[in-house]
Amino acid sequence: MSGREKEKKYLIFCEDASLGYDNQAIIEHFYFQVAAGDYVCVVGENGSGKSTLLKTILGLIKPVKGEVVLDDAIRQGAIGYLPQQTQIQRQFPASVMEVVLSGFLNRKRKSPFFRADEKKIAWKQLKKLGMEQFANACYANLSGGQQQRVLLARALCAAGAILVLDEPATGLDPMAAESLYENLEMLHEEGMAVVMVTHDIRSAVSQADYILHLNDGDYFYGSVEKYMDSEYSDIFSDRK
Amino acid sequence: MDSIVEMFAYPFIARAFIVGILVSLCAALLGVSLVLKQYSMIGDGLSHVSYAALCIALACNAAPLFVSIPIVVCAAFLLLRMTEKGFMKSDAAIAVVSASALAIGVSVTSLTTGMTMDVSSYMFGSILVMTREDVILSVFLSVVVLFLFVFFYHQIFTVTFDENFAKATGVKTGFFNSMIAILTAVTIVLGMQMMGALLISSLVIFPSLTSIRLFRSFRGVVLCSGCLAVVCFCIGMVISYQSAMPAGASVVLVHLAAFCLFFLLQHLIKITGNQ
Repeated sequence: MSGREKEKKYLIFCEDASLGYDNQAIIEHFYFQVAAGDYVCVVGENGSGKSTLLKTILGLIKPVKGEVVLDDAIRQGAIGYLPQQTQIQRQFPASVMEVVLSGFLNRKRKSPFFRADEKKIAWKQLKKLGMEQFANACYANLSGGQQQRVLLARALCAAGAILVLDEPATGLDPMAAESLYENLEMLHEEGMAVVMVTHDIRSAVSQADYILHLNDGDYFYGSVEKYMDSEYSDIFSDRK
Repeated sequence: MDSIVEMFAYPFIARAFIVGILVSLCAALLGVSLVLKQYSMIGDGLSHVSYAALCIALACNAAPLFVSIPIVVCAAFLLLRMTEKGFMKSDAAIAVVSASALAIGVSVTSLTTGMTMDVSSYMFGSILVMTREDVILSVFLSVVVLFLFVFFYHQIFTVTFDENFAKATGVKTGFFNSMIAILTAVTIVLGMQMMGALLISSLVIFPSLTSIRLFRSFRGVVLCSGCLAVVCFCIGMVISYQSAMPAGASVVLVHLAAFCLFFLLQHLIKITGNQ
């Protein structure tokens, strides 16, 4: 376990908690911290508890035991979440701008309209991801990689300091996945913390600072270097 | 033109126009969310429940709207819960609920009053059944539906587009889903007397399905659906008056024509765009 220095500012802090559903723990004695600016990749097989972990971080379910402490800056709602795409979205008649602006709905609002500064920020996020020329395009007509970048811009509108991504490269061709990772790297360099569930262990190892590997109730959490030396990385490379 | 002026001389037609325009508008707006969430058939299921409720009200000699609104709202909740909890797929749940409701309605009728003119008018709709009280209640409830839709427009968008994201960012998705279901239930009950149990769901489905052919933004689809609903209703009513057809049927046929027109335009645009 690395970096438990007290002076570090943790966005997510979780000590000896048990995560799961309906009083059924999937992961027990779970120690997990994410500091501001960390890049964490979560890997593991289906059913190992990746989505349980994400839902707990997002505040959709409560830990079975103990608690997951979120920093004031990212109380529920201020997390930029990029969920897996649904079938409905692929043919949804919505303009890119409409999608991106919906990221602001986490804020308390007095008026049912978006403010001018919110529109400006939404525009800026699109521009940052190289999507500003598509602001008025139809979301459903974009390519998979472009759609994912639109959803990333929406997540940025909601995000305070942390992005949570659920297998963002699913369904993307290798080029599009690569450019999505480049975008994430850029955001990470700007100081955004990233927690990403992924199947792509190679890019996880090459990009992340820390790896969380969930495996059948057991887990490894530590820096990439330590992960490569541990037996956990062997399990994965054997499977490849 | 003269015949249109003459039409409005009948107070029941004026009443039908007021209620019809408001109900069509509500149904079309809610329909955008329902169609996109692939809940199109919920309107059909609820209309059958509404039919059963009206039969019961008739048998007990109670005011139809006051009996059926609570029953249909409960049914809407039930349908939503059943599918949300994964107890049943939504299409199966709706099929079960609508068939059962229809059976209850028919049984109640045959045990009590028998198939009267009133009962058959609930099946296929009649503009003659609207009373003044119905009109007042319809106007009031339609205004509530429209207000809530406009006020929560963005929340409805995000809940429709991406429920997981909405939930994670703290939008109360359960609340908004229930709200859409309740508003749909109210709209269905209001429109049913005029359009008929078998045809009312088309007011929910047709406008958005038609708009999606040509419009590629959510706002565009919503606005176009609203306009289509009003225009198609008015044309349908005029046709109904002049050819003595039931209003519900002619409104649905106008909607069908609009759908075909938009469908053709969509393909025309595609072809000319490719050249």
